[in-house]
Amino acid sequence: MIETQSLCVSLGGAQVVHDIDLTVERGRLTALVGPNGAGKSTLLAALGRLVPPAAGAIRVDGTEIGRIPSPDLARRLAILRQNAVIAPRLSVADLVGFGRYPHSGGRLTAQDHDIVRDCLADLDLTDLAGRYLDTVSGGQRQRALIAMTLAQTPDALLLDEPLNNLDLSHVRRVMAVARARAETGAAVAVVLHDLTVAARHADHIVALKSGRVFASGPPEEVVTPEILSALYDTPLEVHDIAGKRVVLTV
Amino acid sequence: MTSTPAALCGLLALSLVSLAVGVGTLSADAEGLWLVAISRAPRTAAALLTGAGLAVAGVIMQMLARNRFVEPATAGTGQAAGLGLVAITLLAPAAALWLKMAGATAAALIGTAGFLALVRRLPPEAPLLVPLTGIVYGGILGAATTFLAFERDLMQYIDIWMNGEFSGVMLGRYEFLWISGALTALAFAYARRFTIAGMGEEASTGLGLDYRRIMALGLAIVSIVTAVTVVTVGLVPFVGLVVPNIVSRMRGDNLAATLPLVALSGAGLVLACDILGRVLRYPFEVPVGTILGVLGAAVFLWLLHARPARG
Repeated sequence: MIETQSLCVSLGGAQVVHDIDLTVERGRLTALVGPNGAGKSTLLAALGRLVPPAAGAIRVDGTEIGRIPSPDLARRLAILRQNAVIAPRLSVADLVGFGRYPHSGGRLTAQDHDIVRDCLADLDLTDLAGRYLDTVSGGQRQRALIAMTLAQTPDALLLDEPLNNLDLSHVRRVMAVARARAETGAAVAVVLHDLTVAARHADHIVALKSGRVFASGPPEEVVTPEILSALYDTPLEVHDIAGKRVVLTV
Repeated sequence: MTSTPAALCGLLALSLVSLAVGVGTLSADAEGLWLVAISRAPRTAAALLTGAGLAVAGVIMQMLARNRFVEPATAGTGQAAGLGLVAITLLAPAAALWLKMAGATAAALIGTAGFLALVRRLPPEAPLLVPLTGIVYGGILGAATTFLAFERDLMQYIDIWMNGEFSGVMLGRYEFLWISGALTALAFAYARRFTIAGMGEEASTGLGLDYRRIMALGLAIVSIVTAVTVVTVGLVPFVGLVVPNIVSRMRGDNLAATLPLVALSGAGLVLACDILGRVLRYPFEVPVGTILGVLGAAVFLWLLHARPARG
């Protein structure tokens, strides 16, 4: 769905992403992992056309991303940025409703209302629908932003650290919703910090270090003590517990 | 949405009061009708158009700057319009009113764009820096205007523009305000897009909105409404600040739903203050700008304390 070719991205004059070839495929949940400053968020922003490439190419279904009209792209691709701040005082339901803007131009149809209701329910926000964003907690606001991104019903769903501020039950819920979107054919890419979560939920892991791809492949290949210890420059253990991989710092 | 019809009824009542209140006695004959047609009705319309326009301009400004504490009078827009007006007056003293209006509008556009470029660099975690910067920026523009006016003996002239009042409004001397009214109506059509712009450039792009275009449109509406107001009745402060903030507390910022209430409340506030100005020292008048200055400053302080440091 999204494909990069020798992609380089600069931020404020410094090149932070170097020469990356990767594919975010439909029907797959791709996790981006790596240490702080590895370029994960910048790469994701470039995939979501928020930062222009310095060199190389990004193609969405074969078309150069910059050539796709913005409203058209907004119907096919949705991105949630890390630490997104919503300044206007909106209710949770209104915010999620704005996710339908690319499709309906703002006047919500009955179908839009159904999608908004489903997205609210998926993120466990039904009871908070009428509350204003400045009266809910950080985790609840984060879930509202995720619900808004989902309400765009994109073919490509890009989430930058969606698990920030979330408690355990909502971490599971968000990953389950992301998986469900992948299984119904969307291309999903998620920046994750928790390697155990990545090992559990991702189909494909791309590990970045210093702006380059350090390792990529299915979790069985990438989530190993050798690769992860070298990736983070610190000793890490990988254990099999009840058939699932668990990453431990020691 | 029960408050919008209520606001509409209140506004009708205020308008009737406005038609009835004044130094001249209203009689039920041709002379009374003449008084209403020439003076009272235009004055009432001018106050309504000014209030609605400035309140809507204020809320758009707040979305564009992503800050609750700015409005045209605290972001240099009004002062820039005044500077443009003085500049045109000096360059071409005999210029027609529409030319002065165009000069004031151009200056307001440049001044407001300059302000937005200035505050883009400010840290978002310190929201009060934005209005502070705006007040200093407006102060500098105002000082330049005063200097020019002082040098050319135009001080009394600029006083008319810097302190808004409606006592000079008569049939044939306020009609430019309908431009402001038309732009206010235009803003309704773009209400959703202004709310999205308030979410920031990345969120706007993510939703497929052309951020630059909506910024340019908002800038044009704010600048023209402010310039028209300054040239026609003078600078009317705080309407664009107080009204959107109170509506936001009651109904939030989803402009598609709240913009009618913002416009109606702004119109009502300015008209109420004008009526107050007519009766406070009867038969003399207190300018509406003075009354709003006192009232607005008090409400502004309350807003600062009631909602600390939240953009």
